[in-house]
Amino acid sequence: MITTTDLTKVYRTKDREVTALDGVNLHVREGEVYGVVGQSGAGKSSLIRCVNLLERPTSGTVTVAGQDLTALAGRGPRPSAALRAARSRIGMVFQHFNLLSSRTVQGNVELPLEILGVSRAARRRKALDLLDVVGLADRARAYPAQLSGGQKQRVGIARALAGDPKVLLSDEATSALDPETTGSVLQLLRDLNRQLGLTVLLITHEMDVVKSVCDSAALMRGGRVVESGTVPKLLATPGSELAATLFPVGGEPTAADGTVVDVTFQGEATGQPVVARLARTYNIDISILGAAMDTVGGRQTGRLRIALPGDYADNVVPVGFLREQGLTVDVVTAPGADRAGAAPRREGVR
Amino acid sequence: MTWSEMQPLLLQACVDTLYMVGWATAVAALGGLPLGVLLVLTDRGGMLRNGPVNRVVGALVNVGRSLPFVILLVALIPFTRLVVGTFIGPTAAIVPLAVGAVPFFARLVETALREVDRGLVEAAQAMGGGTGTVVCKVLLPQALPSLVAGLTTTVIVLIGYSAMAGVVGAGGLGDLAHTYGYQRFETALMLVTVAILIALVTLVQLVGDAAVRLLARRERGVR
Repeated sequence: MITTTDLTKVYRTKDREVTALDGVNLHVREGEVYGVVGQSGAGKSSLIRCVNLLERPTSGTVTVAGQDLTALAGRGPRPSAALRAARSRIGMVFQHFNLLSSRTVQGNVELPLEILGVSRAARRRKALDLLDVVGLADRARAYPAQLSGGQKQRVGIARALAGDPKVLLSDEATSALDPETTGSVLQLLRDLNRQLGLTVLLITHEMDVVKSVCDSAALMRGGRVVESGTVPKLLATPGSELAATLFPVGGEPTAADGTVVDVTFQGEATGQPVVARLARTYNIDISILGAAMDTVGGRQTGRLRIALPGDYADNVVPVGFLREQGLTVDVVTAPGADRAGAAPRREGVR
Repeated sequence: MTWSEMQPLLLQACVDTLYMVGWATAVAALGGLPLGVLLVLTDRGGMLRNGPVNRVVGALVNVGRSLPFVILLVALIPFTRLVVGTFIGPTAAIVPLAVGAVPFFARLVETALREVDRGLVEAAQAMGGGTGTVVCKVLLPQALPSLVAGLTTTVIVLIGYSAMAGVVGAGGLGDLAHTYGYQRFETALMLVTVAILIALVTLVQLVGDAAVRLLARRERGVR
């Protein structure tokens, strides 16, 4: 639904160049919620703004719903009529809502319809319908200043839906909200995704957002996507940095001359008495250093940090046993791991 | 000079001042608004960024604003004659007043529009809005309270300028205070005229402030 190919964005100032995007290839499938995470300055914001060409990419292409937007853009800073038409079918919500304080809630939702040239009566009907969808039908005549942050973002979402978009871009939509409101706004996005088949590309610096609503995720650093994939696949990838941050396990990874491994369970594996079976089968003492259970992308997921006695060479067989059970096993620290040729936690996966 | 002698003079002066200031304000608003919009749009980072146009318009506005009004009044005589057929009287004074006020208001418009959150412009662009949409549906409505405040300031400056219009025989309150009151030592007349000017300026400011408050209050949602 959204594809970027070798997308680069270089900001030129008088004395230096800043590369915000350095060859980003992103593929968002139709109907999924795709989260792009990364620290500030990683290029997330440039990326999402390049998707509807609010920011012109320096090179590379952006395709949304089969339409090559970069080809539509036209020359010069002014967007062509074709690009503007394409933009009207891409909804966007912003961190700071960007509602017009001079218009009522209803007036704000009507703005994209005015741009589309919809008649007054039809605008009014559509706006009230959309406000009903986001649960603010009773505030149609209020001004944005009278609303709470969460309500403002709901208006922002209603406005973004006015043009019947297939794609919704969310630029840190929940970052200015408190945790509880964040939850309800994310739930709304999730519902819209399910009910309208809306494809959602969201960028955020909050891992919880990815955990609660995303089907797929990408991690950005230094203008590049360093990891990406569906959330279950990422969790099942040994050494995945996203998985580790999405799902941190407590517990110090230090065990006196023991091997520390992180075990990730997903789906039905969460019901299996794996640790007990492991201890019984190999007659070893296992200490549990940390554990966490959560729902990630709608799937029950668990993570366990355990210490096995002995160095890595002693534990090849038990680790193999765990992997055989369909679990993801990450060796965190292991005396003698290098000798055994196993790679301990990598710095990041390119 | 008795009150009955003063009255017709004062009445005529009031009419002349209001006539000159009224028309000059109308022209300043109609001319300054598009110029201010143009300055914002053609600036770096604007939607129609165009360096040469921006610099030329900016320079013209600066020249217009830096010329002392008395000089402008005299310098524009040929132009005034061309436009209204004469260079004396209140109608002739409207031309230099307007020419002086257009760049003044243009800068105020520019400042007001710059204060509009860029995020709002971006939101309109993301909806597929073009330059016209951004100007008419975002920039101008959002800046309306500041624009009204700017227009109030412009009217008051014009009332001040109009006092100098006596140089071209335009009459008005300022001229009355100067020629009768000051030069002929009619202190009473001068004081009355000055009092009327003060009242006029205060009234304009009060009305302007009330309008700004009304608009701002609507935005804060207190009706």
